[in-house]
Amino acid sequence: MISLTVNGKQEQVAASPDTPLLWVLRDILGLTGTKFGCGIAACGACTVHLDGEPIRSCVTPVSAAAGRSVTTIEGLSGDSGHPLQQAWIAEQVPQCGYCQSGQIMAAAGLLAKNPAPSDADIDAAMSGIICRCGTYQRVRDAIHRAVKAKRGEV
Amino acid sequence: MTQTIDQGRRTFIKASAAVGGGLLIGFYLPAASRLAEAAESPAPLRPNAWIRVGEDGKITVIVDKSEMGQGVMTALPMLVAEEMDAAWNQVRVETAPAAKAYINPLLGMQATGGSSSVRGSWEPLRKAGAAAREMLVAAAAQTWGVKADACRVANGEVSHPASGRRLGYGELTARAATLPVPNEVFLKDPQEFKLIGKPVPRLDTPQKVNGSAVFGLDVKVPGMLTATVVRCPVFGGKAASFDPKQAKRIRGVRHVLQIASGVAVVADGFWAAQQGAKALQVRWDEGAHAGLSSAGIRDKFATLAQRPGAVARSAGDAARALQGAARKIEAVYEVPYLAHATMEPMNCTAHVRKNGCEVWVPTQAQGRVQQTVAQVTGLPAESVTVHTTFLGGGFGRRFEQDFVAEAAQISKALGVPVKAVWTREDDMQHDFYRPATYNALSAGLDEKGLPVAWSHRIVGPSIMSRVFPNMVKNGIDPTSVEGAANLPYAIPNLQVEYTMHDPGVPVGFWRSVGSSQNAFITECFLDELAAAGGKDPFHLRRELLHAAPRHKAVLELAAAKAGWGKPLPKGLYRGIAVHESFTSFVAQVAEVSVSGEGEVKVHRVVCAVDCGMVVNPDTVRAQMESAIVYGLTAALKGEITVMGGRVQQSNFNDYPMLRMDEMPRVEVYIRPGADTPGGVGEPGTPPIAPAVANAIFAATGKRIRRLPIRAEDLKA
Repeated sequence: MISLTVNGKQEQVAASPDTPLLWVLRDILGLTGTKFGCGIAACGACTVHLDGEPIRSCVTPVSAAAGRSVTTIEGLSGDSGHPLQQAWIAEQVPQCGYCQSGQIMAAAGLLAKNPAPSDADIDAAMSGIICRCGTYQRVRDAIHRAVKAKRGEV
Repeated sequence: MTQTIDQGRRTFIKASAAVGGGLLIGFYLPAASRLAEAAESPAPLRPNAWIRVGEDGKITVIVDKSEMGQGVMTALPMLVAEEMDAAWNQVRVETAPAAKAYINPLLGMQATGGSSSVRGSWEPLRKAGAAAREMLVAAAAQTWGVKADACRVANGEVSHPASGRRLGYGELTARAATLPVPNEVFLKDPQEFKLIGKPVPRLDTPQKVNGSAVFGLDVKVPGMLTATVVRCPVFGGKAASFDPKQAKRIRGVRHVLQIASGVAVVADGFWAAQQGAKALQVRWDEGAHAGLSSAGIRDKFATLAQRPGAVARSAGDAARALQGAARKIEAVYEVPYLAHATMEPMNCTAHVRKNGCEVWVPTQAQGRVQQTVAQVTGLPAESVTVHTTFLGGGFGRRFEQDFVAEAAQISKALGVPVKAVWTREDDMQHDFYRPATYNALSAGLDEKGLPVAWSHRIVGPSIMSRVFPNMVKNGIDPTSVEGAANLPYAIPNLQVEYTMHDPGVPVGFWRSVGSSQNAFITECFLDELAAAGGKDPFHLRRELLHAAPRHKAVLELAAAKAGWGKPLPKGLYRGIAVHESFTSFVAQVAEVSVSGEGEVKVHRVVCAVDCGMVVNPDTVRAQMESAIVYGLTAALKGEITVMGGRVQQSNFNDYPMLRMDEMPRVEVYIRPGADTPGGVGEPGTPPIAPAVANAIFAATGKRIRRLPIRAEDLKA
């Protein structure tokens, strides 16, 4: 049994320690908002926060999360009220939507550290997350919008 | 292909009380199938839409196209709601099951593709909405004892202005359900549209920002096992024998069994299944293609290009005009095989039972899912229930049925629900690829530098020969020559030929299909002619498009918005291209820089589109942005190569994607049009590769004649 906190809830999971966190979240805990895209940390669809830091859950063994705190898209806010989620809706970012959990979690990790990122900061933080629908321009606009919303500018 | 087209001339609309109360309207409206047209048979009568109005006034629109990002789950309900005068916040959506009622009139089957969703639904869904509105009005008129034409409708409510009475749609459903359905309806004049043409927010956005949207991979069925399939790395190879012992040692692995496509490892969850698959030992019979290589394929194409192909288009006498031309230009253009690389890898969940089968699948072709499962199981197709999930990208890949057949075979063998999941590597190495082609072109210019002859010979594999062989006529696969045979330029002598050759690499529909390569080839070669004749590439196109007004208009719009001809900051260069596909017209201007190392950066793309009448302008913009990224990714990076009969790429590390830091600023300008809606999902893809390649020529004087664009070809 490995114990970890997921979205504020204490969880005990029966999984071999090398099982990637992604599959513990999806197959054992039923949190399917975190996506499988590549399995080699090359697309970012599986991005979650581990103690507040964005990580690629497809290559993070669950043992590395033992005793630590994991936040998934389901736990980012209870009500889609996170400024990024609201900005994502305002900018109409998602198309197929499959990568968007990873996009939002990566962006949330960025804003937690850098409340007013430049375009270069966004490039650096977000280039690990692939979107085949090509929503990058709207992702960028939505991050800028969320920053402005926090400042009360929109 | 379902070519059994119902010849009945019924035009009937049936209404009945929906389960749980309310008004259910199913429509049978005339719609011509593309295939029926090809056979010159009369237009069949086809069911097209379902509307459900609840007693609570909520309107459920059953969406019969797959939502794969292109926005159908919003655009199609908008068509219904517009004619119903529904309050938009009362509209709900449901995905349609597989049923004959939902056959796509443009494709002749229940499927989403060919940028046909709005095009095909434009009339039937508006008629469906209008008929529902008329029935609700009739119900109100009857209730009040007034004439229907004394009533007004707005926002999901019928009113009688003379008396000030009003009733909501929900209050009218019981009576409306007892009334005859009109055989003919009046559709609104577009000037009366309240919803169509407005940037309506997508209905699927909220669930796509909180992780609750259910994709195929997210399906969970009680008692379900997860399978991965180990396939022969060589195309057409088969498992000769396998040893399941090592795989079965993995904790969680339950079964190892052979199926048609390989050996399935079935486990409690994906991780165990994947570990089992890695441990599995299989001896392969590699079959006939074990010696196949990209170099060999190219050589064969080049040899075949020496001799004439089947004629796809012929005007004047190209050969003679070439001989008599003041100047002759020749070039060879090559494009590679490409993978679709949808973000969600292929998957399907199936539960085969004695009397039927349930399938949960992100598919672009529900009718084909039924047929595939029927073939695998021997069950009647009608007993196959298809639940369409959200699709994590489609791009043509999810039209295919390989992943459906696998899930059905494994579930049938084990008698439990099975989710078959592909890894990224499976997805990359067992795709139905965008065809590679080899193109020999020659053109002649007169003494004024104007083209008088154009000859284009295409060699490559054929998609339709596998998918819909009936569509191949006289050696021509229409998808192989689309975007080439319909060259819009006024060139008096023109010959377009096609030689079909299948080296053994599976090929399939890939966003914009033949236009994805032919726009690159024709628009770059035309650019070569402009340079050879001393003409500005925009002006030459404009001149040659005098009889193609919609091409010309988007070309001019893109050029104007991009500031064509005006100075650019140092190091930036422009290229232009225009292309028609799926009855829409798109022109793009790319602004590009090329470093001394040959690295290409695309800074800005100006896109002008004429897709006729626009349903949701924000979706049109989003689809242009999307299609540009898809085409740009292919142009800059995309190449599937083959060695030893197997694909050499495996994942995003060696089949790279365009990322945030490479994203150009995209500006989309929609040319307002009164024409019937054209396609939107695909037409933005074809022009970007040639626009970028032509800008690279402006920057470097070097022509890009093979994709992807390679830095080593552009080093200063």
